[in-house]
Amino acid sequence: MTAPTAVLPAPRLLTDQPYGPLPDVRDLVEQVEAAGLTGRGGAGFPVARKLRAVRDGGRGVVVGNGAEGEPASGKDRALLAHAPHLVLDGLRLAAAAVGARRSVLYVSAATPALRTAAAERGVEVAIAPAAFLSGEESAVVSRLNGGRALPRSRPPAVYVKGVDGRPTLVQNVETLAHLALIARYGAGWFRERGTAAEPGTMLCTVSGAVRVPGVLEAPLGTPLRDVLEAAGGPAGPLRAVLVGGYHGVWVTAREAEQLTLSAADLGRVGGSPGAGVVIALGAEACPLEVSAGIVAHLARQSARQCGPCLSGLPALAEVLAVAAGRRWDPSVPARIEQLAALVAGRGACHHPDGTARLVRSVLATFPDELEAHAAGRCLAAS
Amino acid sequence: MSDRVAVDWTACRGRGVCSELLPERITLDEWGYPLVDRAPVPVGAERHAARAVGACPTRALRLTPHPP
Repeated sequence: MTAPTAVLPAPRLLTDQPYGPLPDVRDLVEQVEAAGLTGRGGAGFPVARKLRAVRDGGRGVVVGNGAEGEPASGKDRALLAHAPHLVLDGLRLAAAAVGARRSVLYVSAATPALRTAAAERGVEVAIAPAAFLSGEESAVVSRLNGGRALPRSRPPAVYVKGVDGRPTLVQNVETLAHLALIARYGAGWFRERGTAAEPGTMLCTVSGAVRVPGVLEAPLGTPLRDVLEAAGGPAGPLRAVLVGGYHGVWVTAREAEQLTLSAADLGRVGGSPGAGVVIALGAEACPLEVSAGIVAHLARQSARQCGPCLSGLPALAEVLAVAAGRRWDPSVPARIEQLAALVAGRGACHHPDGTARLVRSVLATFPDELEAHAAGRCLAAS
Repeated sequence: MSDRVAVDWTACRGRGVCSELLPERITLDEWGYPLVDRAPVPVGAERHAARAVGACPTRALRLTPHPP
């Protein structure tokens, strides 16, 4: 991928300007709350609420999560390469705010420079296994407790009992970077970009049928077409866009013209900005084939701890492969919906829920393609 | 005070004892895993619910306040 670019004339996380000294912050939680910062790891949870919960538990542990197990996401890697000190600042600020005695940076890979910078700040570095679920909040805790990087059942929540049995704050590395800038420039500054309901900027990873795939920074509320333009624009006529990564939703190219990068818009089509993963699908690609490949990956990446996921995701992968391969069976659409309903909400983590969301968006967005495949054809231009 | 049944999915092995003891709230899916109605345990079935929780071979069931 190319070096990070920006939709903004004055990027925040991806700026080349120095950030200035880190101030002594007494009321960080209040500032973060006033800023309206939400998590940038995909779930979008209000950061101030998490900070308070861990602070109330006392003597906690803070973890910067840069595992980034989503294959189509590169923003955390890019951020850690471009501005590691900003992430480490955020981790230190969060640790001070919650009264934590232990700070860990959990990453997919660590350069010597990152290890040195972390060591200078008393931050441990832990390496996340290369798997889709390695960055799931309870999987992070499990790994740091010496186990496998697989999700754990809740209760108790990690902010009650996590690493070393202590209240644990797990925040995506991008979230920590935003936190470090809020500490410097204030909540009002943070709210100068984005929307009133969804303030600030976010990093996006744009890939697929665009001319310049890569990581960019955009305010919440940016039209998706502008996000695609910032990645060099479509490489050809587009069929659809996958927004939110492998647990996201498909929208048609026409729908993408009308949508913005926001929970408000994407929520209406069953999705969310997630961790900013945007994949453009060209007209020459078959969305059923691409989706079958994604679901096969998701099935392989199951933690295999929970029955419905262990059984249901491979079944979904199989039926998607049938649909994509044009070995048509009239029960395919109904079976996809049936399996989605059987796996959603029936696991220790949201892996089956995200998979169900993706396959349901296939049904909602590509009825024409399903119909073509039923007749032994494919709409993808050759 | 009303409770509903909740499943620890990492512990459940699909043995199905729960669906026999509390059919009012638990049926089984095509793979043998419990489909749990999130409504509170019906009045009068509290002992059945407690028995189902206690009888689970893998301790995968618990009662939790409704709503969560």
